[in-house]
Amino acid sequence: MWKRDEAVKPTSGQPASPAPVVSTPSASPSAAPQPESRRIERDMVNIGKSVVIKGELNGSEDLTIEGQVEGKIELKDHVLTIGPNGKIKAQVFAKAVIVLGEVNGNVTASEKVDIRDGGSVDGDIIAPRVAIAEGAHFRGSVDMQRKGGQPAAKETPKAASQPAPQAQAQPQAAAH
Amino acid sequence: MSLSDLFSRRRKEAADSDTGASASDAPVHPTKVLARFVASLSARTQPVLLDLGPVVGSNVSFFGEQLGCKIIVEDLSKDIDRHVREGKLDDLPAALSKRFPHESASIDGILCWDVFDYLDKNSAKKLAEQLTRILRPEGVLLAFFVTAEPQPGARPEYTRHIVIDPNHLQHRPYAAARGKQRPMPNRDIQRMFEDLRITEQFLLKSNLREVLFRKPAEAPPSSPPAAR
Repeated sequence: MWKRDEAVKPTSGQPASPAPVVSTPSASPSAAPQPESRRIERDMVNIGKSVVIKGELNGSEDLTIEGQVEGKIELKDHVLTIGPNGKIKAQVFAKAVIVLGEVNGNVTASEKVDIRDGGSVDGDIIAPRVAIAEGAHFRGSVDMQRKGGQPAAKETPKAASQPAPQAQAQPQAAAH
Repeated sequence: MSLSDLFSRRRKEAADSDTGASASDAPVHPTKVLARFVASLSARTQPVLLDLGPVVGSNVSFFGEQLGCKIIVEDLSKDIDRHVREGKLDDLPAALSKRFPHESASIDGILCWDVFDYLDKNSAKKLAEQLTRILRPEGVLLAFFVTAEPQPGARPEYTRHIVIDPNHLQHRPYAAARGKQRPMPNRDIQRMFEDLRITEQFLLKSNLREVLFRKPAEAPPSSPPAAR
């Protein structure tokens, strides 16, 4: 599933296109199988770096933002990528959020938030999975809530910390 | 999944998150208090953790995914660097007094790492006051204190503490604007956190003093003596 990330990378690495490019999701089901990344690229919309949007942004496609957005971004079932030139001052809701640029605002993802090297987030993150690269900036809180209960490996730290402090162990030993 | 599988996976994840060879070559040190800190947090449901070090992705995964913590990252090294760059170190104690907007008694665990080593006495005192205020009763605070004098001419650097497992930390140095200050005597540490109880204290071979503090539980309201 995360091969989508790979499809996004070339976009960020390219020199930004001068005008906003909106590519329609027109991948035709041809007989010859296309490479996965190529097909995904066609399904993505790109907001170029000269574009400034103020208001609410909703969509049902993957979206890459290289420009500026202020307000609210909602891509409930899709991947939002903030490119290296992207500057977001908004509340963000998406399936997955990849940050290579700047985000100022709270980010909520149903699957994953990925702050890459050079990416910056000032705000609170809510997502079951969060990846933060070493060169990334983050200030805020991370809440990795899980649907329907406790974290997967809740028992692990308890097992790891089995050597109980002596002060607790001694009275038990004395009781026997 | 067995315990060893889980920790080997964490080692792999920590290695994968490295950005360069130097990071993966960074030394791994044993830690005595982290496991106790983790145990205290895991006894609570959805604990709130405050991390005063630089954000580390694998630590966020460790505390967030495995312990179910809500993690608040407040990298104090950036505050120290900013004050050094602006030549306003005298303002640091006042800034630290206002640095934490969190409600009193709202945090279950605080990872100070070695931040106190970079602070002058007054700043350290103000920070300790704030951390004591926001820590919940029965909450825990982990701090490291250097015990050796800083080497003259040494390049100032901070340390990223990467959790490999509850008994091991990888130390990754990175450039700092201010070096470590003189080691704090043990009595000063105790005075600084006089409202907390030291539950664990270890002096490691690496001259690092690891201390785990716990905030005492609130005393139950005193009941009037029974009438006879």
